[in-house]
Amino acid sequence: MNMFRASFWLHYAGPQAFYGLAGRVWPWCAALAAVLGVWGLWLGFMVAPADAQQGEGYRIIFVHVPASWMSMVIYMAMAFWSVLGLTFNTRLSGMMTRALAPTGAMFAFLSLWTGALWGKPMWGTWWVWDARLTSELILFFLYLGYIALTSAIDDQRRGDRAGALIAIVGAINVPIIYFSVKWWNTLHQGASVSLTKSPTMAQVMLWGMLLMAMCFWLYTIALVLYRVRTTILQRESHTAWVQAIVQEIA
Amino acid sequence: MMWESWSQFWDMGGYGLYVWGSMGVTAACMAIEVWQARSAHHQHLAQLREEHEGHL
Amino acid sequence: MMWQAYWAVVRRDVLLAWRRKSEGLSAVFFFVVVAALFPLGIGPELTVLRNIAPGVLWVGALLSSMLALQRLFEADFGDGTLEQMALSPIAMPLLVGAKMLAHWLVSGLPLVLLAPVLGLQFDLSGDALVTLTFALLLGTPILSLVGGVGAALTLGVRGGGVLLSLLVLPLFVPVLVFGAGAVEAQVSGLGVQAHLSILMAMLLPALFFGPLASAFALRIALE
Repeated sequence: MNMFRASFWLHYAGPQAFYGLAGRVWPWCAALAAVLGVWGLWLGFMVAPADAQQGEGYRIIFVHVPASWMSMVIYMAMAFWSVLGLTFNTRLSGMMTRALAPTGAMFAFLSLWTGALWGKPMWGTWWVWDARLTSELILFFLYLGYIALTSAIDDQRRGDRAGALIAIVGAINVPIIYFSVKWWNTLHQGASVSLTKSPTMAQVMLWGMLLMAMCFWLYTIALVLYRVRTTILQRESHTAWVQAIVQEIA
Repeated sequence: MMWESWSQFWDMGGYGLYVWGSMGVTAACMAIEVWQARSAHHQHLAQLREEHEGHL
Repeated sequence: MMWQAYWAVVRRDVLLAWRRKSEGLSAVFFFVVVAALFPLGIGPELTVLRNIAPGVLWVGALLSSMLALQRLFEADFGDGTLEQMALSPIAMPLLVGAKMLAHWLVSGLPLVLLAPVLGLQFDLSGDALVTLTFALLLGTPILSLVGGVGAALTLGVRGGGVLLSLLVLPLFVPVLVFGAGAVEAQVSGLGVQAHLSILMAMLLPALFFGPLASAFALRIALE
């Protein structure tokens, strides 16, 4: 199977083939995620030294930063599948976008939660309206909007396409929103300290963060592939191959 | 290894509440997500099985 | 023939809104009420009110626009006119653009005209009021144009109104930031050029892409 041929990819665009592929791939991703997670946490909590200014409290970055990254990566993935779906009208695209959304929302929430817990001991308040946290909050709203819209529409295909459009519109707006929030923040010169301004990071700290980021990424892939398999079964329940699977386990 | 004792580890130089509050909620959220995905999958399979048997 | 159709739609929508004045007026009065609520909640201290005025008036305008957005496509969706528009040989984005213009004339323009009056309640200076008016003049069309996409996507969907707010308010943030920012810049003596230019820079693509995206969304809703 030559992966440089379009037919390779088109084959897996069909729900049945993707079901099989996803089923084979997700356990490996999950296992790898677990390994990287343990390694990253070990580096972060057992090897990395305390920070000169923030003491032991800085260790929150080992989940805060990866969560933020994932919340953005997942949204971009959603936008990618949405463009694919609207262009090629594939059924799978809508399912993938829907499967990605809850995990993206969760990471956005975690980014905000850990950000607040990091901010409180460092800057004294549970919330600072710095550009990144505020943009993250708006990103969280964008996720909620997508989930609310797709849940409210009964017709699955219409929901897919409506969701795809709002995901794309949101994705286009994210840089505009980020820029305007940054402007707003510098204008009002509130917190002149930023949660993103971390002092020169020791190598170990950086490695720990990267490992955790990859752990989260693989976790996401595993979970989303698992989730999309459920959706495929649900939507294709009338087909012979799903009936065969059901029969097998009955 | 830099921690002299377990209690030092949990205390995190005074930041224990914040650090473990973060790690704990993260772990909890992921666990809930995984559990939710699994139970949804099993639920659907059970539903499909029921419908299948209904046809027979 | 295209522009005849365009203006015909604008005229029709404005006329229909005029016949149902209460709907349009209630959204405008909502703006007035919201603007009055804030001083009631915060206190009559003029220095404080002067500070919060740009933000309050802009948020009030935003919320009022949100309420009005639901009406953009609702009626035509209900009686089949929208389907006719989709089937007609005239490009749908053009007709949608016409509806948006009519919508703005009926629900956005009143806000622009009312805001300076309300701004007096907050003791804003004359210059600040002028800036506010200009900023709203540039910003409220953007609300109609971008909000139209949300309105199209939520047509006939359960919980439409609240869902629409959730979808569209995050997208309005840049307009809010630069719109309110313009007035604040005026008040603090910095130039408003930058803010107004950015608003204009957001308006122009919105004029083009808003109707296009909304027409696409309407086709999704009509299937």
